[in-house]
Amino acid sequence: MSNTAKRPPKRRRGLISRRALPYVLSLPALLVCIGILVPFFTAAFYSLQRYRMSQPWAREMNWGQNYLNFLSDPGFWSTLNVSLTYAVLTVGLELIFGLCIALLLQKRTRVNNFVSIMLLMPLMTAPALAALMFKLMTNPGFGILSYYMTLIGVEDFRWGASPSTALFTVVLVDIWVYTPFIMILLLAGLRSLPKQPFEAAALDGVPRVQQFFRITLPMLTPYILTAVLFRLLESIQQFDIIYAMTQGGPGDTLMVFQVEAYLNFFQSTNVGRSSTLLMILWAITFFISNIFIKNWLRLRERARGES
Amino acid sequence: MEHSSIMERGLRAIALCLVVVFFMFPILWIVLMSFQTNETILRVPPSFVFEPTISNYKAIITGKLETSAASLEINFLRNLGNSILLSVGAVAVSLLLGVPAAYAFARHKFKGSEDIAFTLLSFKFAPPLLVLLPLALYFQDIGLADTYIGLIWVYQLICLPLILWIVRGYFEDISPDIEYAHRIAGNSWFSTFRKIALPLAGPGIAAAGLLAFIFAWNNFIFALVLASADKQPVTVGALAFVTASGIQYGQIAAAVVMSIAPTLALALYAQRYLVEGLSLGAVKG
Repeated sequence: MSNTAKRPPKRRRGLISRRALPYVLSLPALLVCIGILVPFFTAAFYSLQRYRMSQPWAREMNWGQNYLNFLSDPGFWSTLNVSLTYAVLTVGLELIFGLCIALLLQKRTRVNNFVSIMLLMPLMTAPALAALMFKLMTNPGFGILSYYMTLIGVEDFRWGASPSTALFTVVLVDIWVYTPFIMILLLAGLRSLPKQPFEAAALDGVPRVQQFFRITLPMLTPYILTAVLFRLLESIQQFDIIYAMTQGGPGDTLMVFQVEAYLNFFQSTNVGRSSTLLMILWAITFFISNIFIKNWLRLRERARGES
Repeated sequence: MEHSSIMERGLRAIALCLVVVFFMFPILWIVLMSFQTNETILRVPPSFVFEPTISNYKAIITGKLETSAASLEINFLRNLGNSILLSVGAVAVSLLLGVPAAYAFARHKFKGSEDIAFTLLSFKFAPPLLVLLPLALYFQDIGLADTYIGLIWVYQLICLPLILWIVRGYFEDISPDIEYAHRIAGNSWFSTFRKIALPLAGPGIAAAGLLAFIFAWNNFIFALVLASADKQPVTVGALAFVTASGIQYGQIAAAVVMSIAPTLALALYAQRYLVEGLSLGAVKG
């Protein structure tokens, strides 16, 4: 016990009153919060302007014109299309693989624990560096994956360099990095499920396939939704892997939102168009997260009520 | 149920092997590559048998790349130093700001606390460029462009929400009764915070700090937008290195290995914390 123990209780000390304390404690974090909000509103403001850094004299408010222009802009629709395709493909495949691996590792054996620790390593690799690794592995000269492709008879498979296989290549990198994330969440979920329903089902002789679809999957849904939400929000904003692998190319095959916005800003210095793209991306993420958070809260309540 | 058939066991073992090969092979391959000379790398067919050499690492550490045409100066160690400085700095700042705030959010349901917490969380999900591009213009005006301080501030964008949400969960799990007891004994809130709450939430703070460090280390986009060559961390530096060194593949591989080794080592060393932090951040968030 410290030497202040004999002082009278509930003594107010110092300048900070009890009611102000939480505000004082969270003030610095709040200031950072404002430091984030200001650029956000600035971007919203830029998106309502005709603004090219190369033509500062022509800068003016054009109100929603940037947004309206997108309606007839094939570049925008292709960006939207590529981003959504990328997000759905990566998250869908990662969910399937992640769930399968989690089921595989469900039992707490020494081998399973070891494998699940090993699987942390891709997740801890910087996505940009992972893309670089795959770029080396798919190098036409010495890349081991290119070599294996010729071994199985596929000649001239050009990975990220060809428009027809570029998407496959970046999706592969994304799967390599992020499947373990889904796996970890679902494994935690699987291992926390109560045992009784499974024992009862086994006693009744319910086949295991049916057990999986009738018991495991419904009880796992909150975890699946959480994992999917997190991945979907990240995946639709993917920048690192695609930029490091192909910079959005070849051509505009992989021009997802953030890559397009980045190039618009720094190469064609079109601040207005870049900000508008990012505002639309933000609206999409906001929409997704709201739907998911509502469903997720409901599911969590239900899971709590039942168990 | 406990007695699974031999066939099922066999299938499981095969599936497990496939999983391990898929996820470990790229790392193994890049490590092997980093110990090879260009000649052995370019052999057809590729082979796993070779005379290991540490010349690639030597070249990176001394900063002199010997290409067939000329010798090239490259300062990849500087990128490594930048990564360490930026990640450690960012985590230190966000622990300093985030832990007290997390405590306030967990213990006091004050007006607007949920709003602030949710705003912070929702910006974790906002596109980073949305904040970065205007910030790049502002930074030029206020002189923070291309400074370590400016970068560390921007890194709060990822570190702070993470720390806030994970640590808050841990504080909420501590029963307030323990703290009341300590306060009734006549101690100030600060002493309670320091002697009771902090040690009890210690593992959570460690997990959050580790995760924040790894996310900061692995970040690519912030420095790509805001830093010039001499302030860039390894993620951006490695990409520039590829362009600069051309076909020195062994050295590229060595640079990649040196860039991913710290986070992988941390992951293996503290895997339990990490898994807990990841699950908590996601499930409680």
